[in-house]
Amino acid sequence: MQLYEHTAFELSRMLQSGEVSSVEVVRSFLERIDEVDPHLKAFITQTPVTALDTAGEIDNRRMRGEVLHPLAGVPVAVKDNISTIDLRTTCASRILEDYIPPFDATAAAAIKSAGMPILGKTNLDEFAMGSSTENSAFFPTRNPWDPELVPGGSSGGSVVAVATGMAPLALGSDTGGSIRQPASLCGVTGLRPTYGRVSRYGLIAFASSLDQIGVVSLNAVDSALLMNLIAGYDPLDSTSLPDAVPDYTAGLEPGLNGLRVGVIRYSSTKGFDPEVTETVQKAASLLEEHGAEVGEVSLSLTDYGLSAYYLIAPSEASSNLGRYDGIRYGFSADGGNIEAMFSRTRGEGFGPEVKRRIMIGTYALSAGYYDAYYLKAMKVRTLIRREYEEAFKKYDVLLGAASPTPAFKIGEKADDPLQMYLSDVCNITDSLAGVPSLAVPGGFHSSGLPLGLQLTARPLQEHLLLKTARFFEENRKQAPLRPSLDYVEGGKRQQ
Amino acid sequence: MKYEVVIGLEIHVELMTASKLFCGCSTAFGGEPNSNCCPVCLGLPGSLPVFNRRAVELSVTAALALNSEVSLRSRFDRKNYFYPDLPKAYQISQYDQPLGRGGYLEVEFAGGERKINLERVHLEEEAGKLVHAGDSIIGAGHSLVDYNRAGIPLLEIVTAPELHSGREARRFLEDLRTVLLYSGASDCKMEEGSLRCDANISLRPEGSSELGTKAEVKNMNSFRSVELALDYERERQEQILSEGGSVIQETCHWDEEKRQTFATRSKEGSSDYRYFPEPDLLPLILESSFVEHLARQLPELPARRRKRLQEQYGVEKDEAFLFTGNKELGDFFEAAAEEYPNYQHLSNWVQGDLLYQVRESGKAIKEVEPRLVANLLQLLDEGRINRPVAKELLAEMVQAGVDPKKAIKERGLEQITGRENLLPIIEEVIASNSEAVDNYRKGKKKAFAYLVGRVMAKTEGRADPVELNRLLEEKITGDL
Repeated sequence: MQLYEHTAFELSRMLQSGEVSSVEVVRSFLERIDEVDPHLKAFITQTPVTALDTAGEIDNRRMRGEVLHPLAGVPVAVKDNISTIDLRTTCASRILEDYIPPFDATAAAAIKSAGMPILGKTNLDEFAMGSSTENSAFFPTRNPWDPELVPGGSSGGSVVAVATGMAPLALGSDTGGSIRQPASLCGVTGLRPTYGRVSRYGLIAFASSLDQIGVVSLNAVDSALLMNLIAGYDPLDSTSLPDAVPDYTAGLEPGLNGLRVGVIRYSSTKGFDPEVTETVQKAASLLEEHGAEVGEVSLSLTDYGLSAYYLIAPSEASSNLGRYDGIRYGFSADGGNIEAMFSRTRGEGFGPEVKRRIMIGTYALSAGYYDAYYLKAMKVRTLIRREYEEAFKKYDVLLGAASPTPAFKIGEKADDPLQMYLSDVCNITDSLAGVPSLAVPGGFHSSGLPLGLQLTARPLQEHLLLKTARFFEENRKQAPLRPSLDYVEGGKRQQ
Repeated sequence: MKYEVVIGLEIHVELMTASKLFCGCSTAFGGEPNSNCCPVCLGLPGSLPVFNRRAVELSVTAALALNSEVSLRSRFDRKNYFYPDLPKAYQISQYDQPLGRGGYLEVEFAGGERKINLERVHLEEEAGKLVHAGDSIIGAGHSLVDYNRAGIPLLEIVTAPELHSGREARRFLEDLRTVLLYSGASDCKMEEGSLRCDANISLRPEGSSELGTKAEVKNMNSFRSVELALDYERERQEQILSEGGSVIQETCHWDEEKRQTFATRSKEGSSDYRYFPEPDLLPLILESSFVEHLARQLPELPARRRKRLQEQYGVEKDEAFLFTGNKELGDFFEAAAEEYPNYQHLSNWVQGDLLYQVRESGKAIKEVEPRLVANLLQLLDEGRINRPVAKELLAEMVQAGVDPKKAIKERGLEQITGRENLLPIIEEVIASNSEAVDNYRKGKKKAFAYLVGRVMAKTEGRADPVELNRLLEEKITGDL
């Protein structure tokens, strides 16, 4: 077994026991990246030198007998919309192609202070706007189960890195499903924490009231380890939550007795693959067999949620992205007067999906339309929160699908934004409600592609999600757990 | 037709915080361009704003001082527009939930005191500053941006359209400035841009209650230019209306040199700033105990001080205005009055000689010790020094902190009084100036002054003038 095949938890154990060095671990992942990434394109920027430097330093400190963080020496990949000091952070956009932040995001600083070597910055849909990682201004990332398919998005790069052993853990961000949907499409675990649980400081904003940094991992224990590191109050983020952070690795042992699970009954399953619905039902039965109390819950506002999301998120985006004007940093086009320079910078610097959302948002916030669009969407958001509060009076965890379909073909929905937006339909209401939500592998489609389950809990109840996810991992019968990548290892690419 | 002028003011005041509204950068004036900046006030990707508690305190204090109702829950909104001096392409401001609602200021105008109502008082962030290479924005080859000011806390104060002349606008601003200075919220230095004022001005037929079409006047850099600009604008609009024309709603720029306003851009239908609630900040929730605490801490404000000065010290109204308007001078007067109970005499000296000496020497009133001035006036009252010596000592006190009691001892400046002390000197002068004495006796009044001068010269100006006059007269006429 290669080092890169291990989970973060296993690597942590091996490093602490002295069985392996961090340099050996990082080398294994770097070699894997060399081998796989040219085929899948998960990374925008690779940082082998600094990763090895960090690893060497951690090995030295460990030899000197220093007490280190459990994840010290375990490498990690970081989505390229999370600011890293002196390391270019592009948001997969031309407009930030050469942007080098002078500061670290709080989450990135936490990773560094724990001594986790950063392997590189991963690909995403430009400014995290998309569900397929096709909207990257540089290149699309491919699904490791079938390179002709999308990996989902926007955290496609982070998810593919973890799914293929290019990184044992990765940071992603989730605004309307950007961690959970790709995790589902690639067969890994993806956690979107409660809004405010992880500091947004340094996360390049798409939609401020929805953006949340989260974790991509191979299993619940690994998620818990990384959450222990990045969760918590940050005085630099006014919206971060002051509540104490529990030890997420505690209480993950099996046993679901008394857990009340509400299976989501969608008002419409139009566009849902029947096998997806079937997988959710099977998962519900499995929970019931193991002592959970399972019932049904109807979230009637899901359809409105999608509309509300696609007004609120673009509205905030239209404002958040105003700063890319070519004056202070980033891409800057030559222009005659200042207005022409602004227009050309933004016209040439942003891709079509980003422009579409800026225009939708600008329109929705305009005088005369504000009440009908933005304000109404915010009212829907309040109603959705209330609906969740009601549901959580009866249930501890809600169970549904993490994506209505398995992975789709590259280009299939690229020209149909509405179809693309619908691929987030399972994820969006959780985002609007601000509750924690997790995608865990739930089985396989008859086509051989992974299908994900989505678990949702009350605010700050991440540990319940991790515990339930752990249960599914323990009871996972179907193989394979990893994509075969025979097109890589066999030296030939599948058609 | 006679027209009534209607003026409303929009005032921006920089709060006196050490750091900016949403980050820890210094607010110091005059640093190297872009030296007081960080990722937050430069709006770098991923940076987030965090409230400066001091700015909240100062803005609540200012709102209370302006009799505005402080909202326990207010909210910040984004005002979106593109401009190079605006780093995030939005200004974090307040829109429909301002910190202070309403408010008023009682202002003394020519026709008596009147209450001028305020619409609102709110908190927002300052933008950066454009520096144009060349003479003007139009001819400039390029422009530079300095973000040192970006993010400095600003208080916006909007008045109701209740002012009716340039003079009234100026009076209002003077009083507003005084109130804000007293509250400690701002230093209100117009020359450093920490107080700025825009005005909306329109005309309507006298007796009408509808508002006419307004022009917005900007770029008025002093209270005086506010008055001049508004007077000019009134005349301009009056001319248009009296010729049967109509005023266009537009923004005008005051040109200080040419003494006239110029239209810059027409403002038909206001710009669409696409306000929406700032998602990076929580609503600003204030505890009522916090507001009450600040209300208790509020210092005495100018209007009350004016009344108190008149009651407590018996000073005249215009003196009370002087000592309130010039806060440091008033503070000085009150401190000296604690040790010197002849208030009217003190007031005369403070507003006369003291103010003159302070201005002459370029010193601040703060640098002069009130106790010393009280001592000086006591010495004068006791007859231990005469008036010319007192004036000389005051000048030295302001310039070099000379202590009058010590000075008269060390330098023998004490007044020479008493028959036994003065008579020998007088006799000596009479003896050696027999010609002048004769002249006086012949009726030449001027000769008397000469003799007084001789005595003064011999005593180095220390002779008690009243007694000297009496004794000299007595001596000359008594010898006959």
